[in-house]
Parts: sequence; structure tokens; C-alpha cells
Amino acid sequence: MTTPPGGDQPAVTTDSGIPVAPVYTAADVADGPEALAKRLGRPGQPPFTRGPYASMYRGQLWTMRQFAGYGSAEETNARFRFLLEQGQTALSVAFDLPTQLGYDSGHEMARGEVGRVGVAIDTADDMADLFTGLPLYKLSVNFTINATAPVILATFLVAAERQGVQPDQLTGTLQNDILKEFLARKAYVFPPGPSMRLTADVVEYASGALPRFNPISVTGYHAREAGCTAVQELGLTMASAIAYCGELTGRGLAFDRFAPRLSFHFATTLDLFEEVAKLRAARRLWHRIATERFGATEPASARLRFFSGNSGTTMTAQQPLNNVIRSTIQCLGAVLGGAQSIHVMGYDEAFELPSEEAVTLSLRTQQVIALETGVTRTADPLGGSFFIEHLTDEIEARASDVMREIEDLGGAVSALEQGVPQRWITEAAYRAEQRLASGETPKVGVNVHVTEDDDRQAEFFQPDPGIEERQAERTRRRRAARDSSACSQALRRLEHDTAGGANVMPALVVAARAGATVGEMSDVFRHAFGEFREPSPW
Amino acid sequence: MRPPRLVLAKPGLDGHDRGIKVIAMALRDAGAEVIYLGLRVTPAQIAAATAAEDADAVGISVLSGAHLPIAEQVLAALRAAGLQAPLAVGGTISPPDAQALRRIGVAGVFPVGTALPAVVRGMLRLARPEAAAL
Repeated sequence: MTTPPGGDQPAVTTDSGIPVAPVYTAADVADGPEALAKRLGRPGQPPFTRGPYASMYRGQLWTMRQFAGYGSAEETNARFRFLLEQGQTALSVAFDLPTQLGYDSGHEMARGEVGRVGVAIDTADDMADLFTGLPLYKLSVNFTINATAPVILATFLVAAERQGVQPDQLTGTLQNDILKEFLARKAYVFPPGPSMRLTADVVEYASGALPRFNPISVTGYHAREAGCTAVQELGLTMASAIAYCGELTGRGLAFDRFAPRLSFHFATTLDLFEEVAKLRAARRLWHRIATERFGATEPASARLRFFSGNSGTTMTAQQPLNNVIRSTIQCLGAVLGGAQSIHVMGYDEAFELPSEEAVTLSLRTQQVIALETGVTRTADPLGGSFFIEHLTDEIEARASDVMREIEDLGGAVSALEQGVPQRWITEAAYRAEQRLASGETPKVGVNVHVTEDDDRQAEFFQPDPGIEERQAERTRRRRAARDSSACSQALRRLEHDTAGGANVMPALVVAARAGATVGEMSDVFRHAFGEFREPSPW
Repeated sequence: MRPPRLVLAKPGLDGHDRGIKVIAMALRDAGAEVIYLGLRVTPAQIAAATAAEDADAVGISVLSGAHLPIAEQVLAALRAAGLQAPLAVGGTISPPDAQALRRIGVAGVFPVGTALPAVVRGMLRLARPEAAAL
């Protein structure tokens, strides 16, 4: 397409609306080369723009961590073993919705949902079964769990204990970011105030007991998937991080005691250069927040480490094999952005849980990029590009504006209680869908290069229809076999600590060890805190 | 003639509400009155709202894959309340599941990948079969 002289072509912008010029030169990099050098630092040095570690992927490749889980603990254990045999380097557990929301598999609210979007975990016994034969002293495990994160962590600690593994040996990440549940992911249970307390209880507990474990992953991914822009994603993530850190320092915990173990989670979508710039800007922005706002003295407290998930919403049901190419580009973006850990979306994501073939191909995508392309040879290979540096500066400035807007609303918790960022997300999602419908945003196979006889070849995941009854029965049996007086006593202690404001983690570990179910432990919190209902979006 | 009235809801435990909110906004822009009930609503609550709002059609969205058992329960609740409003289901629905949904009496099925204008046209047609030109 050529622009006629004086013609009024629509502005060319990135996906989040940042204007893009036909070419960039040294003049586009603000304040000259010396100022740029200060904004960048060296990899592993403040402000960490170029990466959290000096040697980056020459020192250690990113962790290849495919999100997996379905059916029972045994079925998911088999999928984990399969992934490890294929060369995956760590695990990432998907839980079913009843587990995420604190219902046992036999609960009325669990009907139809058991084992469907992840594994069903009702007890510490289930958690132990999930990791049978998988050594927890050396395997890093990610848990996508939020409202019930403290409960699930307790069952995990008991499962590790049964393997003879000490808490200080455990590595991995608990998502435990409740604010983004209210914003976008919507698997909340309790109201925001008590939810913040539970999140902070976990981080505080881990800061003593789990020195190698990341007790939270502050996440912009879901807001992005729900529709917001890259700039909003970054601003919202940092606003949440500020809220959590404020909650923790408000308890008297020193920032440097917990901050080195904070981790982050961003989406990587298809606007390749904007995504790379966003990830670089994220590191610089976090360094500024940690040092200027929270007075970090340890470099590790201001060093942002992140997990990147490819975007499921970029995947299409039409011509599903095209998703392989989309995933590859997104994975490359995460690598060029300096990710510590990556999940690549299955090409059948638009239909169902990934088939074994799709998940293997996702892992192979990571392996090909890591081993065959040479992109791992040097840190921050796009650093110094006029365009990338310009975009990094722009995104940092615009995300800072988003943070200020949130601040003006009283901070992240207050803003979401007013429903403001939720409206941003919904409105952005609607605009994106309208642009797709009008053809303004081209999508191959959807609104351009469409094939008429698009026979969808993806293999459909069908959960075992017997899982619900079998899992409910197993939990009934385990409840009948436990020492019921020890279990009731442990649940009473949990009630007591919850009401008294003590950290809930020690009582949860005792309860999980005594055989209390995820539903019973979550019910203690339901009774104490009540349940949250979302205000109308309009 | 009053505008078409539609009840939209997310039954079950799934929280993916991007799609249903976008559809609600598009239906409003197309002139419909939309009552969105939100997340984790029970089949009984959907039936009660359909009666109270005198809705012409009901749309539910389920992206956890639990569309079949949930649609069955919602249809049963609507019938138990003596309501005739047709039910539409959106979600990660495979072609065999789409057939199964139609067999149990679901009037509209919108799998992931259905274009927004097609969903809007389909929902308005369900609400006003006589005004298919909408």
C-alpha cells in the first residue's frame, strides 16, 4: 500500500495504539546515547531493562513449562510424566474449577465441572497421588490457583512431606494473585479485603518457610486475554504489585524480605516488537517502583522475573494449524523479551484442552527456538534498536499513566471495587471484536483468506464421564478413614486463627495433614468472610 | 412493538466472560434489551429472571466444556417454570456436541469462532422469529 501525498491514511499504530513511524533513527531515542545507557544498564544490572541475569540464556535456558491437568490425579500424573519424557523441564498444574473455587467433587456446585479444565484435588492424598514418582526436591512446580491458593499450598506441603522433602527444598510458583481474579479471570470467592489478607498470609509465610519458592505471580495475562491492551496490562500488573507490597509492608514485613521472591506473569501476543518492548519496560518499571517507592536495598528485590503465557485469544477455531505459527511467533517474542519460563499454547486451544499431540508440538516449538535458532546466544538481542528503545520508553511512560489513574482511584483494590478497570477491559474487548468483524484487524482464516470447506481436524478432548462419581466416592472414602476428632480439632484451630487474624498457613497445614478436604478448609473462610458477588458491569 | 428482550447468563463455575459481555454490548447496539445476570448463576435463577423480565430468549455461555450437562439443567429449569423462551448456548463446542445440544432442545448453538454479527443475528432471530429480517 502506498500513501498518496497529502492522503489521509489511517494512523499506523501498535496494537495498543502507539503511533509507529515508517523508520526510526538515533534521533528517536530520547536524550541521546548516554541517557539510554543509563536507562538500560547491563543484563543482570539495575535497572534490569536488558534482563534479570548477566548471562541470560547462555547461563540457563528458560524453563519450559506446559500448563497441564485434567481428570483425576492419576491421569494428570501420567500427562506430567509424558511431558517430562518429552524434555519438559518443570511442571505446571491446571486445577478444575471446583478445586479453584473450594468445592469438593461431590458438592452440588461441582456438577459437570469435575476434572474438566484441570485436575480435581479434594485432599492432600490427591495431591500426593498427583506427584507419585515425581521427585519434589528437584522438580519446580507452578500452581495456577488463586482464591484457594493457601489451601492448595497446604496440601502441597503435606504431599512434599510424605516424599520426605523439606519445605526449604521446594521450588516453583503459586499464582496467588487474587486482584486479577476480580479484574479478569473471575475465579474469586471471598470479598477483596479478606482475599488480600489470604494472599499476604501466603507470601509472609513463604518468606520464612519457603525460601526458594515464589509465593505469588503478579499477573497481567488475564486482563490482557479479557481484552485490555499491552500498555494497560503492564499498568494494571504494576498497580496490583504495589497493592500487595503495600499490604505486606503494612504488616511490618521488610520489603527486602519478600520482594526477591515475587514473580510476574505477562501475556505475549502477536505484535512482536510491542511485546518485546513491553517486557523490557516491565523490568525497568518494576526497578523504579521497588527502589523509589519501597526503598529496596537488595538488587534482587528490584529484579523482575516473569513467566510468559502465549495468548489463547489469538488462536482461532478456523484453520487451526495456523495457530502453530501464531504460537511460534509469540514464544519467540517471550524469548526476545527475556522470559524465565514459558508456556506455548496448543493449536487446538480454541476448541478444548490440548491433545497429547498439540501439547507435544507446543513443547517442540520451545525446543526448536531454544536449540536451533541461535536466539539464545546473546542477552537482549534487540537492545539498542532505535525502534525497540523508542517503544520501550513509550510503553513505560504510558503504563505509568495507567498506574497514576489507578492511584487516583485509590489504588488497585479501590479501583476494581468501583469497577473502573473492568470497564476498560470490556470496552477494549468490544472494540477489538468490532475491528475483527469489520475487517479492520486482519485475521487469517477468519476475515481474510477464508476457506469455505474448513473442516476442523482438531481432536476433541472428552473427559471421562465417570470421573465425577469416582472422585466424589474416593473423597467420601478418605473422609470416612481419617481420624475425625483430629480433623475437627484442626478445622477448629483454622476457624480460630482465621477469626483472630493470625496467619492461616500453619493451621491449614495441620488441617490438610489431618485429612481435611479442600471444601472443608475453604468453607471455614466462606463462613468467616462471606462470598463476593460482582457488581453489574453496566 | 417493544424491543426484543434477552436474558444472558454464565451458569456453572467458568469465569470467561469476555465473549458474553461483548455479545451483550453488540445486542444492545442492535436495539435489543439485554439483562445480563453475571457469573455462577444457577439454572433456577436463570428461569426466575426469564419469567420476571418476560424475556423472549435466553443465552448462556460456558467455556469450561461443561455445556452439555449445564444446558440440560437450564432447559429443565425453564420448562419446570412453564417458560417457552428458546435457549442459545455459546462456548468451546465441538460439532458432535453442537448436534447433541440441538437434540436436547437447544435452539441456537454458537461455537467459539462464530463471527459476532452472526451471533447477534442468530439471537435476534430466536427472540423474534417473525422478524427474521432484523
